[in-house]
Amino acid sequence: MHTFAYARPTTLAEAVALLETHGPDARLLAGGTDLIIRLRNGTLTPVVVVDLKRIPELCLAIHEDGGRLVISATTVMTDIAANELVRRHFPALAESAAVVGSVQIRNRATLAGNVCNASPAADTAPSLLVYDATVVAEGPGGTRRILVDDFFVRSGVTTLARGELVTAIELPLPARKMGAVHVRRTRRRGHDLASVTLCCGVDDAGVTRIAYGSVGPRPVLVVDESGALADPAAPDEAKALIFERMFADASPSTRSMRASPEYRLAMLRVLGARALRTAIDRLAQG
Amino acid sequence: MSEMIQTVPIELTVNGRRRALEVAVHHTLLDVLRDDLELTGTKECCLVGECGACTVSLDGRIVDSCLVLAVEADGAQVTTVEGLAAVDGHLSPLQQAFLDKGAVQCGFCIPGQLLSAQALLAENPHPTVPEIQEGLAGNLCRCACYQQITEAVLATAEGADR
Repeated sequence: MHTFAYARPTTLAEAVALLETHGPDARLLAGGTDLIIRLRNGTLTPVVVVDLKRIPELCLAIHEDGGRLVISATTVMTDIAANELVRRHFPALAESAAVVGSVQIRNRATLAGNVCNASPAADTAPSLLVYDATVVAEGPGGTRRILVDDFFVRSGVTTLARGELVTAIELPLPARKMGAVHVRRTRRRGHDLASVTLCCGVDDAGVTRIAYGSVGPRPVLVVDESGALADPAAPDEAKALIFERMFADASPSTRSMRASPEYRLAMLRVLGARALRTAIDRLAQG
Repeated sequence: MSEMIQTVPIELTVNGRRRALEVAVHHTLLDVLRDDLELTGTKECCLVGECGACTVSLDGRIVDSCLVLAVEADGAQVTTVEGLAAVDGHLSPLQQAFLDKGAVQCGFCIPGQLLSAQALLAENPHPTVPEIQEGLAGNLCRCACYQQITEAVLATAEGADR
């Protein structure tokens, strides 16, 4: 592995200063499950690696604050999947955190890292989009809150500015009752990247939010406010038309080895319909 | 051009024994366990977090040690396969069950399988077959002993009741 300097700041200000000084030559280390692979294969050759795990503000337990659930930057998938507050208010996020990688990966990988990596196939991205999550960033100019839908640009690229780092992900506690589910398609059960990853949420006002990933350069959020999708009595033909509009932005890569574009587009529709039924059922069950 | 290699002093507890050493910051926990501490039971294989051959327990949770920098383990408790048997050398019930069920063929993946299975049983003493498959999904076995490995974990869970 290419060598680098290692910094272990104990304050947020120190971490921001390192980022400001080194710009793209500094890389942040939280779980390391993506970073260390890229350090080893040489696609990243930073001057300094900044370990965030000794900064107390980034190591807070999952907590509620002013109507939002706050998940700190170093919180790992295992803790998100098992957390009572997440499971109660954001079950689809718990489900998506529980399928990232393997037990070993989930014990290290962080939600903030998954978001910052901005992989189109990130399993937690669809549920964060459906729950309208916000990315909290700290930088030289202070604190900035960015809607997760405005955060993703394309694979590996986000709207974070130079010198900014993500301190937390916040989810507004739902104002309405919602039924939601995360589903995905993989080549093998267990440890695999998603060929399609999708979250559907239906609330008691009839609004359906669907977010999907691994079928284009970034995860996509679409919303149906007509009420037709959420209506169990609406004819399938009407729903199919709405689905076609919602999935119009899917443009899977022709170069991926995981699945062909045709397969992904077909599965997107299957998973969408399946997730909608489950979300409606869960809403009815309360 | 010579590069300056930064080293950092770290202290960690490995299999109950406190160790203090100086590590290069770009060396992984796997590198240090195998090369500096000569604990070669933990295997190096895929180096991308897919195969699980390098699985160790870090502060009670299993990790792929190829994806953890040694310096990140500063202050941590580490258990490797060398720490599973009793001090008198008797194999743990889980290790014995792996032998009894024929779960060990070439043996390369077994240190990682054992660490993952032990972590699963610590959290869930009576796992179902799907729970075992999920708990061990991060450990690949090229000899395809999955059936026997699952049986060994089930047998250990049953044996713990007696």
